[in-house]
Amino acid sequence: MDKTSLGHHISQQYNAELEGVRNRVLAMGGLVEQQIAQAVASLCEGDTALAEAVINRDVQVNALEVSIDEECSQILARRQPAASDLRLIVAIIKTITDLERIGDQAEKVARMGERLAEQDQPRKGYDEIRTLGRLAGEMVRDALDAFARLDTEAAMQVVQGDAQVDHEYEGIMRQRITHMMEDPRQITRSLDVMWAARALERIGDHARNIAEYVIYLVKGKDVRHTSIEQIEKAILD
Amino acid sequence: MLNEDTANDLLNHAIDMASLGMDANEPETETLETSIEVEHLSLYYGDKRALNDISLRLPRNRVSAFIGPSGCGKSTLLRCFNRMNDLVDGVRIEGTIRINGQDIHARTVDVSALRSKVGMVFQRPNPFPKSIYENVAYGLRLQGVRDRRRLDETVERALRGAALWDEVKDRLHESALGMSGGQQQRLVIARAIAVEPEVLLLDEPASALDPISTLKIEELIYELKDRYTIVIVTHNMQQAARVSDYTAFLYMGDLIEFDDTRRLFTNPGKKQTEDYITGRYG
Repeated sequence: MDKTSLGHHISQQYNAELEGVRNRVLAMGGLVEQQIAQAVASLCEGDTALAEAVINRDVQVNALEVSIDEECSQILARRQPAASDLRLIVAIIKTITDLERIGDQAEKVARMGERLAEQDQPRKGYDEIRTLGRLAGEMVRDALDAFARLDTEAAMQVVQGDAQVDHEYEGIMRQRITHMMEDPRQITRSLDVMWAARALERIGDHARNIAEYVIYLVKGKDVRHTSIEQIEKAILD
Repeated sequence: MLNEDTANDLLNHAIDMASLGMDANEPETETLETSIEVEHLSLYYGDKRALNDISLRLPRNRVSAFIGPSGCGKSTLLRCFNRMNDLVDGVRIEGTIRINGQDIHARTVDVSALRSKVGMVFQRPNPFPKSIYENVAYGLRLQGVRDRRRLDETVERALRGAALWDEVKDRLHESALGMSGGQQQRLVIARAIAVEPEVLLLDEPASALDPISTLKIEELIYELKDRYTIVIVTHNMQQAARVSDYTAFLYMGDLIEFDDTRRLFTNPGKKQTEDYITGRYG
C-alpha cells in the first residue's frame, strides 16, 4: 500500500470518508502527545494548574475514541471495505484504543504530579521522569508519523525504541528502591514517582502497538507477539 | 471418470499459488485434490482473443469464485468447463482442460455425458414449463429411467439437497412457473444435482434474486460443496468473499491472481486485484 493509495476510489465520497477518519486519528494522536508533554511538565515543575488541565482534557480524548469508532462502524457497514481499505479500518480501530489508553496513562502522570506537588517542600526536578517522558512521547509521535506516512521503516524504529524506554524505567525503579531503603520518609514520594514512571513505560508499550498496526496496515502481516527479527523480515518481504 | 493415478499426480499442487508468500504463522494451506485443471487455455471469438493463456487448478469439493469486470472472460472460462462454447460460432480453443483427470476435449468424450457430469445454472432461472416434479426428473428421464420409485427417490433427494423440499413437497405436480424466482433458481439447482454431477457451474446464480433469496442460494452453495466441486461467477464481490474458498480475479482475458479467498480479500498480491476489490480505478 503506497502513500497515495488512500484515494483513487471510484467513489469520491468513500475517499473523503477514509481520509476524514484518518485525519481524525492523527488529530486524536496530536491531542494525546500534548497530554503526555503537559503531564510530564506538570509533574516536573510542580504545576498543579497544568496537571488539572491535563486531567480535565482526558474526556476529549475519550470522546474522540468513541466518535472515531462510530465512523469506522459506519464505513464497515456501508462500504464493506476490502484489502488495504479493510486493513486501514482495522488498524484505526486498534490504534485509537491504544491512544485512549495512552491518554489514561498521561492523566495518571498528571495525578501523580498533583500529589508530588502537595508533598514537596521544596520541589524536586524529577529529571529521570522528564527523560522517560521525553522518550515515551517521542515513541508516540514517531508511531503516529509512521501511520501518517505509511512508513514501515519508521514503525520498525519505534518497535526497537521500546527497549530504551524499558531500560530507563528499570533504572528509575532501582534508584527509587534504593532511596526507600535508605530513608523510609521517602517511601510515599518514591511510590508516586514509580507510578508515574510505570505509566510512561506503558505509554511506550502502546506506541509500540501502534507501530505494529502500521506494519499490518502496509504489509498485511500481523507482527504482534513476534520477535524483532520476524518483524524485520515481514517489512522486507 | 477419475483415474486414481492421474488424480494422485495432480495432488498437493492444487493451490500452489495460494501457498506462495504465506508465512509460517498463517494458517496452513490445505492439501486438496484437483478437480478442474486448466493448462495454457486460450479462447478466440474469431480473431478476438477472449482468454489469454490461462492455467489454474480448482480444488475438489471446494467453492471457487471467478470475479472481474464485465468482459474479463470469467463467464467464458466457466462455459469452457462443460463445453458450452462449442455452441458458439467461430470459437477456437487452445490448451487443455481436464476434469478429474479426463481431457474434456478428447475425441472419446461424449459432450452430453460431460454436461451431465458438469451441471450448470444460469443467471435467470430457467425451469421448463412443466411440473416441479418433472423438472427435477427431466435428466433421469432423458437417461431412460422409468422406474417410478427411483424417480420419486431422486426427485425428493435432489429437492432436499437444494433446500426446497419442505416448500414444495405438497405441490410437486403444480407448474414450476408458479414458483418465486428464488425457488425457481433452487429448482434449477435441484434439476442439476438430480443427475449426480461432479461439478456445478453457477453463472451469476443470484444476481436476479432479492437479498433473502440470494442468502438462501449462498447457504445452499455452502451445503453443496461437501458433495460437489462448485465454480461460481459473480459480479458481487462480497458474495464471492462470502461463499468461496478460492477466488480467481480475471481482467481483459488474463488470470491476474488466484488465491485463498481469505487472503485475496484482505491482502491481495497484485495491485490490479487490490484496485478492483477496493473499487479504485487502476
